[in-house]
Amino acid sequence: MTSVAGRDLELTTGVPPAARPVLSLRDVHIRDQASGREIVHGISFDLAAGRVVGIVGESGSGKTLTCRAALGILPDQLVVSSGSITIDGHDIAGLNVKRWTELRGATISAVFQDPASYLNPSIQVGPQIAEVIRVKKKVRRREARDQALELLRSLQLRRPESVYSQYPFELSGGMLQRVLIAAAIAADPRVLIADEATTALDVTVQAEILDLLAELRERTGLALLVVAHDLAVVAQVCDEVLVMRQGDVVEHGTTADVLYRPQHDYTRLLIAEHEQYGLERFLDSPRKERA
Amino acid sequence: MTTRDVLAVEDLEVHYGLGRRRRRVLDGISLSVSDGEAVGLIGETGSGKSTLARAVVGLAPFSRGRVVIDGQDVSKATKREWRDLRRRGVMQYVFQDPLRSLDPDLTVAQSIAEPLLIRGIPGAEAASRTRAFIDLMRLDAELLGRLPGELSGGQRQRVAVARALVTEPKLIMLDEPVSALDSANRVQILEILKGLRQTGVALVFISHDLGSVAGLTDRIAVLYQGELVEVGPSRSVINDPQHVYTRLLIDSAPTLRSAAAKRSERESLRALLNA
Repeated sequence: MTSVAGRDLELTTGVPPAARPVLSLRDVHIRDQASGREIVHGISFDLAAGRVVGIVGESGSGKTLTCRAALGILPDQLVVSSGSITIDGHDIAGLNVKRWTELRGATISAVFQDPASYLNPSIQVGPQIAEVIRVKKKVRRREARDQALELLRSLQLRRPESVYSQYPFELSGGMLQRVLIAAAIAADPRVLIADEATTALDVTVQAEILDLLAELRERTGLALLVVAHDLAVVAQVCDEVLVMRQGDVVEHGTTADVLYRPQHDYTRLLIAEHEQYGLERFLDSPRKERA
Repeated sequence: MTTRDVLAVEDLEVHYGLGRRRRRVLDGISLSVSDGEAVGLIGETGSGKSTLARAVVGLAPFSRGRVVIDGQDVSKATKREWRDLRRRGVMQYVFQDPLRSLDPDLTVAQSIAEPLLIRGIPGAEAASRTRAFIDLMRLDAELLGRLPGELSGGQRQRVAVARALVTEPKLIMLDEPVSALDSANRVQILEILKGLRQTGVALVFISHDLGSVAGLTDRIAVLYQGELVEVGPSRSVINDPQHVYTRLLIDSAPTLRSAAAKRSERESLRALLNA
């Protein structure tokens, strides 16, 4: 099957534009107070329900700090020194701990690269999801357990009942990431941040998780912020892409614009790597149709 | 096997564990690499690719089959024979994380020259060859006096490749050579490796991600659950994969040709594979 440039991309941009963004960043700068150094030099984007925005960049580009700023979990000495972040219309600058606790999980949620480190190794994974549901949705234990099982099932885990009572060490990386996604979406958030959530996984498992996120967004209208170092990963699921380098946004546009009309040398480098050394070299000739 | 094969693996079988725990991790693997050829050995977690690589360099004992390196059958080689083979430097191995394979107490110059000195090459000649390979790797001569810990990831990986090359091997096995690097460094190493093709050295890229090395390989071999399910020229494996797993692997690799449209295709391949 051949992909004509731009044609497939319409499939990912077929979602109608929504009104008010659920996450909005306006010229956000992040500064290290200890050294006085500015680390992120202004990033802006709007994320509406059912849409997917991607940030591409290497370690040190500021992409993870941007996510952490949006979640209100910047490391101690780092602050948003100017600009604003609003979640579902609330400016986060004025939020107290109680309001943050209400927003996290229920409005904005996140999954990161190393799923095992976010789970308690000595508690079965199912009860860890059920606890999130019990606390956030204020339901009884039995109801929380049923909902957790239902979530595991909806994330296409085979035999969810047995997974429910397994410990983190008994599960593969891909299964753990599904468990983490289950916990992250348990309280029906409107935004999910996936920061290098598939980086450590095998390619076939990575594709499964990305497909799952795409399916979630279609089914529930979840807005996604996908962060990765691989432009192709971001291109696969995003409507809009920001390319970050050393704290600067060097490119920002629709996925098609960034891929086919890149403006910055760094973006061109990311593309050239794929064109010269990746599968792209071969994929332009059509695959034989198979029965 | 033809005489031009620098590596021939024939009907290799490897078991781990004893008694009831005995598991076959490689089954009936046959693969050859000819002079100057670049082969991608692709497999995911648990496929057996690391075991295969370890078996080839004599680090994993095999229960059946043969490994022939540069015409020498090493299947029953003694420790002494292995040592001689390694000293001759016919085959070299570059690991994913060079911080763990380079001696932290040796400078870049010492690390690269060491294999030459072990072979009895005089210090002055070893030093001049070291400088030549530093140039080939596009590394600054200023780095010669540094320790591995004082280098960036990309520089370290280039030092590791220089050290592997300095004995003029016929074959280099590279285990995930670019996975740990950022884009700029990945492109640079891939360019250098591509340049190496002209020197006639054979390269085996071991990777979980077909997409990261496809552009450099003449042939691709796909390992799945301990078996080679597909071996062929890169172009035909990618454009006309025969095995269901290879098809899933290719459809799963992130590419700039939007893969979103392939979602349903992946869905059915997964169902086929799990059936």
